[in-house]
Amino acid sequence: MALYNDTVMDHFMNPRNVGEIENPDGKGVYGSPVCGDMMQITIKVDEKTDVITDVKFKTFGCGSAIASSSMATEMIIGKTVDQALAVTNKQIVEELGGLPPVKLHCSVLADHAIKCAIYDYAQKHGKTYKGLEGFDPEADDDDEQAEGCSGPSCDKK
Amino acid sequence: MRQVYMDYSATTPVKKEVLDAMIPYFTEHFGNPSSLYTYGLEAKDAITKARGQLAHLIGADPEEVYFTGSGSEADNWTLFGVTDKLKNKGNHIITTKIEHHAILHSCEFLQKHGVDVTYVGVNPDGTVKIDEIEKAITDKTVLISVMLINNEVGTIQPVKEIAELAHKHGILFHTDAVQALGNTPINVHEMGIDLMSMSAHKIYGPKGVGALYMKKGVNASNYLHGGAQESGHRASTENLAGIVGFGKAAELAEKNLESHIKNCSSLRNYLIEQIQKKIPDTIVNGTMEHRHPGNANITFEYIEGESILLMLDHEGISVSTGSACSSKSLKPSHVLTALGVPVEKIHGTIRFTVGDFTTKEDIDYVVETLAKIVGRLREISSVDEKKGW
Ligand SMILES: Cc1ncc(COP(=O)(O)O)c(C=O)c1O
Repeated sequence: MALYNDTVMDHFMNPRNVGEIENPDGKGVYGSPVCGDMMQITIKVDEKTDVITDVKFKTFGCGSAIASSSMATEMIIGKTVDQALAVTNKQIVEELGGLPPVKLHCSVLADHAIKCAIYDYAQKHGKTYKGLEGFDPEADDDDEQAEGCSGPSCDKK
Repeated sequence: MRQVYMDYSATTPVKKEVLDAMIPYFTEHFGNPSSLYTYGLEAKDAITKARGQLAHLIGADPEEVYFTGSGSEADNWTLFGVTDKLKNKGNHIITTKIEHHAILHSCEFLQKHGVDVTYVGVNPDGTVKIDEIEKAITDKTVLISVMLINNEVGTIQPVKEIAELAHKHGILFHTDAVQALGNTPINVHEMGIDLMSMSAHKIYGPKGVGALYMKKGVNASNYLHGGAQESGHRASTENLAGIVGFGKAAELAEKNLESHIKNCSSLRNYLIEQIQKKIPDTIVNGTMEHRHPGNANITFEYIEGESILLMLDHEGISVSTGSACSSKSLKPSHVLTALGVPVEKIHGTIRFTVGDFTTKEDIDYVVETLAKIVGRLREISSVDEKKGW
């Protein structure tokens, strides 16, 4: 009956890791308000171990966008950068126990936002990661856009 | 948990008087109105009575009112029936960009079948551009269709003026009055309306019953073919109890019109005033001057509407949104787009509609809850309210 399952509703009503880290090691913004969803993610990384020690997010968007942002932060805290880069949209949706089909393409931007933040970290710290190979921060790979929505790309503001 | 329904433009509960009037027509007086024995005649009389009640509400003659299966059917019937009837005269329709999909999607269908359609724009306040209608008229124009009250922003359109313009050029005028019925005075003859769509479930009647007012002599081609019901204009065994309910609802709407408008608009104004007082960065869409008495269409900046809707629902409050994210098509509201509201703001727009069972306490609860929810979502939002968009 409900639009979303209990896990999605829980992450939407009580999102984890909301906020913004001061002086983050990496920051990524993905999506745009015109498209209806925009996620910002800030990360702290232990340079020696490459472990992501803290993640905070802020999201403009619908229930599934907020829930998937929250879930994604939980999935990468404590993971190495390589492990975090391996997280896919599909895994986030699976962890959430599924999303309504119409929500799949429009609101799961978390994996892109994570990549944007890690890309920023890699740039600033002169690091390279296999998972970032071929990653183009300017790319627009979301082909099903709302009208008048000029595809999202990493935004460095 | 407290339940507050604030989506009366989506549908209304059936009033007890209406239900009471309907029930005998399911069980005791269940006859087929076309039958010639007593059961049938009773049923026929009940439909005649309902037709009179609805006709009275809109200032029409009863023979000019045809019951349908919905407001959508009345819209479809008009567009298909008029373009067919007048196909030798022309093949052009003028309508607006803010019509209900029952009009817009029917027009799109007709366009695939050789009919030209001009979609006229609206001013930022939601009123239709009459000069654009005038400019769009050609010698092929057979119909102008402009809704009386818009379902999203509640703006009341100057249909009398538009009807005059249509008639000056010998063109028929239709109005979709599904939202207007019972919410603003209507006199079809005085307003110069040739065809008008109505629906029972927006005026405390049952779902699945509508009506088309068609002025004597207009004679749009039939849309549903079969038996000779509705004096040969619309086949289908009548939705007897539904029609009885529509009639009763129309009678109540007429009796209560003034007080309904007064009460709803004062509650609605209180809602808007409280929201503006307690929640920063809000925008009211559509003119406040000529407006549906229950409608408040409000943008909450920097957040998304489906999130607001879900959190309100969690607190027992029902509203609707213009956000693309909650529409099945994933397109932002075509109405707010036509008003020129920027897409990012459309996403954060909520429609509240109050009605006969709304109380001041309901509004206080909604505003208090809304203030918390908007504050919370702005904390979560990646759009910084201090910096703005
Ligand atoms: C303006 C307008 N026209 C038509 C309709 C369709 O009416 P119905 O639900 O009876 O098909 C609606 C209902 O949402 C409406 O608001």
